[in-house]
Amino acid sequence: MSVLETTREVMRRDQVWPFLQDNETQVDISHQVLLYVEGLNLSFDGFKALNDLNLYINDGELRCLIGANGAGKTTLMDVITGKTQCDSGTVYFGQSINLLNKDEAEIAQLGIGRKFQKPTVFEAHTVMDNLELSLKSNKRVLPTLFASLTGEEYDRIDEVLETIGLKGERMLLAGSLSHGQKQWLEIGMLLMANPRLLLVDEPVAGMTIQEGERTAELLTSLAGERTVVVVEHDMEFVRSIARTVTVLHQGSVLAEGSMDDIQNNQDVIEVYLGEAP
Amino acid sequence: MSNAMNKIMGRYTGWARINGESKVAPFVVLLLAVTVLASACNLLLPAGSMFYVSTYTITLLGKYLCYAMLALAVDVIWGYCGILSLGHGAFFALGGYAMGMYLMRQIGDRGVYGNPELPDFMVFLNWNELPWFWQGMDQFWLAMLMVLLVPGVLAFVFGWLAFRSRVTGVYLSIMTQALTYALLLAFFRNEMGFGGNNGLTDFKDILGFDLQADSTRVSLFIITALLLCGLLILSKKIMQTRFGKVIVAVRDGESRARFIGYRTEHYKVWLFVYSAMIAGIAGALYVPQVGIINPGEFSPVNSIEIVIWVAVGGRGTLIGAIIGAILVNYAKTKFTAIMPDGWLFALGAMFVLVTLYLPKGLMGLLSQLQGDKQPTAPVDTPLANDNREQKSEGQA
Repeated sequence: MSVLETTREVMRRDQVWPFLQDNETQVDISHQVLLYVEGLNLSFDGFKALNDLNLYINDGELRCLIGANGAGKTTLMDVITGKTQCDSGTVYFGQSINLLNKDEAEIAQLGIGRKFQKPTVFEAHTVMDNLELSLKSNKRVLPTLFASLTGEEYDRIDEVLETIGLKGERMLLAGSLSHGQKQWLEIGMLLMANPRLLLVDEPVAGMTIQEGERTAELLTSLAGERTVVVVEHDMEFVRSIARTVTVLHQGSVLAEGSMDDIQNNQDVIEVYLGEAP
Repeated sequence: MSNAMNKIMGRYTGWARINGESKVAPFVVLLLAVTVLASACNLLLPAGSMFYVSTYTITLLGKYLCYAMLALAVDVIWGYCGILSLGHGAFFALGGYAMGMYLMRQIGDRGVYGNPELPDFMVFLNWNELPWFWQGMDQFWLAMLMVLLVPGVLAFVFGWLAFRSRVTGVYLSIMTQALTYALLLAFFRNEMGFGGNNGLTDFKDILGFDLQADSTRVSLFIITALLLCGLLILSKKIMQTRFGKVIVAVRDGESRARFIGYRTEHYKVWLFVYSAMIAGIAGALYVPQVGIINPGEFSPVNSIEIVIWVAVGGRGTLIGAIIGAILVNYAKTKFTAIMPDGWLFALGAMFVLVTLYLPKGLMGLLSQLQGDKQPTAPVDTPLANDNREQKSEGQA
């Protein structure tokens, strides 16, 4: 980069120098958009996992991401949550918080919760301890060493246990829960932190129909108060919860709209639904 | 499918029972009772008495307890956080060297060359003055500070670099092994100023007490036992705090812990420092009782042996590590007396057998036997638990 370009970059008038920025920034959603993803590119050994991807998520929305294997759904979540560095592009949380220069822990503390594809709970801990660890609290080493549960925090745990329907199982080890219960516990762990944005990766994979229905209810009840982004393969499930659906294909957005729009979209039929009868 | 689930669940119900039910209090009482009894039998009874405990035995027991403390250090980091350190011998030896330096300075002019300032090996190397890092080591408080600081700082720097770069699993184990091997080679060099191949030895007294006297030996033994109990209780308490829960969470799902907002590398570094300091204390107590410290203590084989003690006792139990260290070292003492060349084979065989048939070590066996007798399992009916444990063994 030439000296001139560097100077321009440093003196950009639309940005404040990092050391002058306030650390305790509130999420600014004055434009009703919670998450801005713009021009995201990422390639693994020449394979373009994300290709100039643009995505805007409104505050309080329930959005479904669909797409074939390798369309970049999980990679997108990895980039948003700080697990993977992207090659170029910007990700902003609200108007002012740049997510790309933060690590996983910082992003989590900002209020972005992520549920993995495979249920990951702390199996050697009880359900109660799992939720305690996920509390919104000071997560530095020393405060954690001397932390104890306050009455309010205890009530909060009770509240979440109620929401995820695991009240009777609070003293069970997470490892002894059924697959569906683990998925709910993981969602519960996200809720403990009171997140603004929930990224949920395939919540109903491996669930029975009844469990899937309960999960759908749970997720729809969360939207509004929080923003939820769901990645899912199960079209029935998507139809039952989604208001807006975004279709990803080869690392970029192919179509966006209501489920009916999507099903009638010529491009989508060609590349994705075309295989279905 | 349900079979697989049972196996997985069996493993974790086992964990809960070990973590929840192994109480340290009875064990601490037992350990202290044995310590007091052995000490009294040494000091109060005449040498001819049937119950007399020889000073040799006292020193041997003290040595076992130092090893037990070292095993405790490894269990804290391996059993609870899943970091398999194959280099804890290095922290042990560094603590030992710090104590050894103090003891060398206490010799004064009673050495072979009678130099009041320089230890014998420096006179032998024609050195004229003390190197800077030997300055002040004749002060007990400074030496004790170094016992904690040197292993602690090394662990901090090593851990900070390794954990920040997210080195885990077998790669980390290899790096710790390389660390101890590098230190081994460094300490072999005479130019390092730590006595080279011969190390530090020929100690006379500690804080003015004669190291050969029975009363000093017994005192050192009692101090070791007390510190071991203290560190055991402290470690147990730490593991019961939320910090401890985060540590176990890092073991079972590090990325999950990161995604709920914990900086896992910080947790790992501080636990590693804590563990290294325990190892340093163990080394410092070991040296005056054994009477020598040389680079052999850095040998990679030593560090691997520690891991075997913990595996035999049962990792993630603290008490198991202590029992494992004492039992394996007792076996080593007996076995090397009968068949000196066979010990390494016996050790290897023990490791294989424990891994195959007792994946949770002796403590796992113990809790299994208890489970047979009294249905105290918090999770399920005892019958279901027993089935599961058998299955989980078969799986290994």
